[in-house]
Amino acid sequence: MGDIAVSVRELGKRYRIAHQGKPYGRLTESLAGAARTPIDRLRGRPRNRSEWFWALKDVTFDVKRGDVVGIVGRNGAGKSTLLKLLSRITEPTVGRADLHGRVASLLEVGTGFHPELSGRENIYLSGSVLGMRREETRRRFDEIVDFAEVEQFLDTPVKRYSSGMAVRLGFAVAAHLETEILIVDEVLAVGDAAFQTKCLSKMEDVSHDGRTILFVSHNMAAVESLCSKGVLLSEGKVLTDGSAVDIVARYAEQGLTLADESIGDRLDRRGSGRLRFTGVEASLRTGSDSHIELSYEGDDALRNVDIAIGLFTTRGEGVANLYTASTGNTFHWLPEKGSVVCHLPRASLVPGHYRANVYCTVNGEVADWVLDAVVVEVTDGDYFGTGKTPPSGYGSVLVNNHWEAHGDGGTQAGS
Amino acid sequence: MSTVEGPAHSGVPVQTTKIRPSSGWASLRLGEIWAFRELLYFFVWRDVRVRYKQTAFGALWAIIQPLALMVVFTLVFSRLGGIAPEGVPYALFAFAGLVPWTLFSSSLIGSSNSLVDSAALLTKVYFPRLLLPIAASGSYLLDFGITILMLIGLMLILGVAPTLAALWVVPLTILLLAASVGVGIWLSAINVRYRDVRYAIPFIAQLWLFASPVAYSAAIIPEELWFFYHLNPMAGIIEGFRWALIGQNADAPLAAVSLAAIVSGVVLTSGLAYFRRVERTFADVV
Repeated sequence: MGDIAVSVRELGKRYRIAHQGKPYGRLTESLAGAARTPIDRLRGRPRNRSEWFWALKDVTFDVKRGDVVGIVGRNGAGKSTLLKLLSRITEPTVGRADLHGRVASLLEVGTGFHPELSGRENIYLSGSVLGMRREETRRRFDEIVDFAEVEQFLDTPVKRYSSGMAVRLGFAVAAHLETEILIVDEVLAVGDAAFQTKCLSKMEDVSHDGRTILFVSHNMAAVESLCSKGVLLSEGKVLTDGSAVDIVARYAEQGLTLADESIGDRLDRRGSGRLRFTGVEASLRTGSDSHIELSYEGDDALRNVDIAIGLFTTRGEGVANLYTASTGNTFHWLPEKGSVVCHLPRASLVPGHYRANVYCTVNGEVADWVLDAVVVEVTDGDYFGTGKTPPSGYGSVLVNNHWEAHGDGGTQAGS
Repeated sequence: MSTVEGPAHSGVPVQTTKIRPSSGWASLRLGEIWAFRELLYFFVWRDVRVRYKQTAFGALWAIIQPLALMVVFTLVFSRLGGIAPEGVPYALFAFAGLVPWTLFSSSLIGSSNSLVDSAALLTKVYFPRLLLPIAASGSYLLDFGITILMLIGLMLILGVAPTLAALWVVPLTILLLAASVGVGIWLSAINVRYRDVRYAIPFIAQLWLFASPVAYSAAIIPEELWFFYHLNPMAGIIEGFRWALIGQNADAPLAAVSLAAIVSGVVLTSGLAYFRRVERTFADVV
């Protein structure tokens, strides 16, 4: 083993898609099934009609001791499954993985917290659930309290904490784990900006102690700054592994090809399905009146519908959220089938590619939600009307601005 | 899946976690429970603490339930006469049965829901899943201790002196715990797959109460049904407790207790095996 901290070989996980959409059954169904199975077999019928699908297949990679590895990939690529397998929450169907060293996994902030218990009690409880010995927690108790900034509230039940305080406390416990291997999900996405920065630097400290970190994220900027290596997953397979910079670049390219799949056929969507997006058509040009049109099908005419389009860079950084509820354009009534158009007058997006999530609520309840539904292209245009293309590399949005100079000769407008 | 001490990397022993698919009947891996004993303690502590914190009466609840049942049974059955042995008031006789019964029924209800109630935890972090139903049963030991003290107080008040046989309470408690944990493990694992269990439990607990010699004496069971009646381990256990505490030097119910021990052992072992077999899918279905 030597320098290898994590070795994964041909790991695979197969799930059954229940047609009833219910993972657990009723006892009577199962008993009836048991009675039927021999008869079905005699008649040559298949044993059950449920479908299987591989959430993860043939995944092989090694992680060296002390490496910080970013695991990236689109939603449904198998990141969470890999995480669950490595943290032993669920068992693989095939393959193997060896982790050399004590492992802690951090799939949520505040694992094991009980709202009725005090901050002090929860530090010990959560520490123990995450694999810390009581003695270790006691030794680091003051550091944890310090890091979370909750001294005055130590004996208050956590249910009375603000959500920010609870998150800080939860992360503080996790950040002080003394394990050789740390598996971290996208838990950094919670908490305020200042605390996020603190957590990121704490994670870096941890890695400088020679610890191995597996870090799952959508945030390519975080992956690039935190990780030395990366693993890119796509449809349950390792597409490539290598340096974090390469992986981030591949992820960006991948977005362009993967989102071509028609949005109406996508299975990785959430929501009640009362409305389903069936297509996206966009015409976007910098500085020109542009639009994005979403076609949809409802299960009936619908009342009180809100729709959002979230725009992200190909690296996963948020750009803008176009949302009917924000602009006061909630649709009080929509026909059963049709399309909605979002107008962007004099579009202020920098030319390039953008990933878009689409989202819809009916009466406040999520009806359809597809992440990375489409990649749209914004074509080159003259936003400022100067005939010049602004230099690239300064963000994704153009902002109206003009300049003037003040001095001895009075005020002079820039021409 | 197993955790073993692997060869040293730099003189320091390195723990290696091996993740493998398992199939069929896995080993019971009881060593793992021992390795996680501190977390087991924390789960018990959490359950006790939360229960006493959230309730206005706190520890009083431990005695309210058996006390109330004692009063009801006394009102209904004491008139019949001849149920309790000579020199023992019926109320004491009922309470001596209710002490082990209350631990069993509370732990039955608590442990059967323990996995489903901790669904969030099961999908976020690994620990031996067995800790949850075991801790749920274990958390009622404190209540049990309180009721035992209560029983001794009652004996002193009613002038029934304990004999040396009272020492048998210790092994009998271990047997009671084995039966409670065994049944709890079975039900908790089935409950993950079939949520019917949740609704069936209160009903099962009620039926089980009347199938056990709590309100009445096992002596009324016809001779030819003795074996079937005593397949319920709570029958032998309750008879054992009564004999040890208020038996007044009667003969020990050896056959009944032995059969209870055998049945409890079978239920516990098979429960552990079943649990280990199905636990690998808990996170996927819970």
